[in-house]
Amino acid sequence: MLLINCPYCEETLPELEFAYAGEAHIDRPADPSALTDEEWRDFLFIRTNARGTHFERWRHIGCGRFFNAARDTVSDRFLTTYKAGQPRPDLKEAAE
Amino acid sequence: MNMQEHDFATAPVQIKELADLVRFSLRVRPEHRADMAAALAMELPQKVGDRAGFATGETLCLGPDEWLILTTEPAALVDAAREAYARLPHSLTEISDREITLRLTGPQVLDLLATGCPRDIEALAEGRAVRTVFDSATVVLWRDGPAEFRMDIWRSFAPHVRSLLAQAEAELIAGL
Ligand SMILES: [Zn+2]
Repeated sequence: MLLINCPYCEETLPELEFAYAGEAHIDRPADPSALTDEEWRDFLFIRTNARGTHFERWRHIGCGRFFNAARDTVSDRFLTTYKAGQPRPDLKEAAE
Repeated sequence: MNMQEHDFATAPVQIKELADLVRFSLRVRPEHRADMAAALAMELPQKVGDRAGFATGETLCLGPDEWLILTTEPAALVDAAREAYARLPHSLTEISDREITLRLTGPQVLDLLATGCPRDIEALAEGRAVRTVFDSATVVLWRDGPAEFRMDIWRSFAPHVRSLLAQAEAELIAGL
């Protein structure tokens, strides 16, 4: 089973306490009416589908909070987790 | 549904449903936590999983902006919250009937909990409590002593959780 560190609880806990919630760092457009159909489609449906490092959202059932994680989609290894609202971390630092 | 009670000292676990409790869910932003605690005359712990007692009850930090409050004086709590509402925006909701609470005790209570909880329950310190899952049903697990727990279970999940607990209890009694 995967072990995931919740940045709010500051505890590493089993995957069963967490729910996956899609790709991270996708901002909702401030003025949806100003978008073309293609831009709105891209916002709704087009995702990175990365092979390798993927930035994604997770929710911890324990504290009820969404947070972000960087996970390698090949090895399924969690590289780091960080609070929602924080920028993408520099993974070179996290890897060391 | 009645659970069998084992009063004899040799029982590996005891499972008992507690009488109705008065519970509230409090949501308030972290920056208002300290002022809200003062307004309600209780401690609102900052760390997820920490608990604190107050004159007529107990509080538990479930998340950075979420607390569970058990109290025997609900009217006083609601009055204090209403008084503070204009300067401290928050949500205080009575959730007494949302869950039932089981008291789980006995020398093999950790084995009982391990049948459904993926978390390392032994590592949960006495006097703390966490929201976790038991066979995918969300529960709040309070550790009151080395072999003494309370489990709050949402009503609709209670028959499922209780039947699994009863089955695990039977296996423990049989020495499996
Ligand atoms: Zn958490």
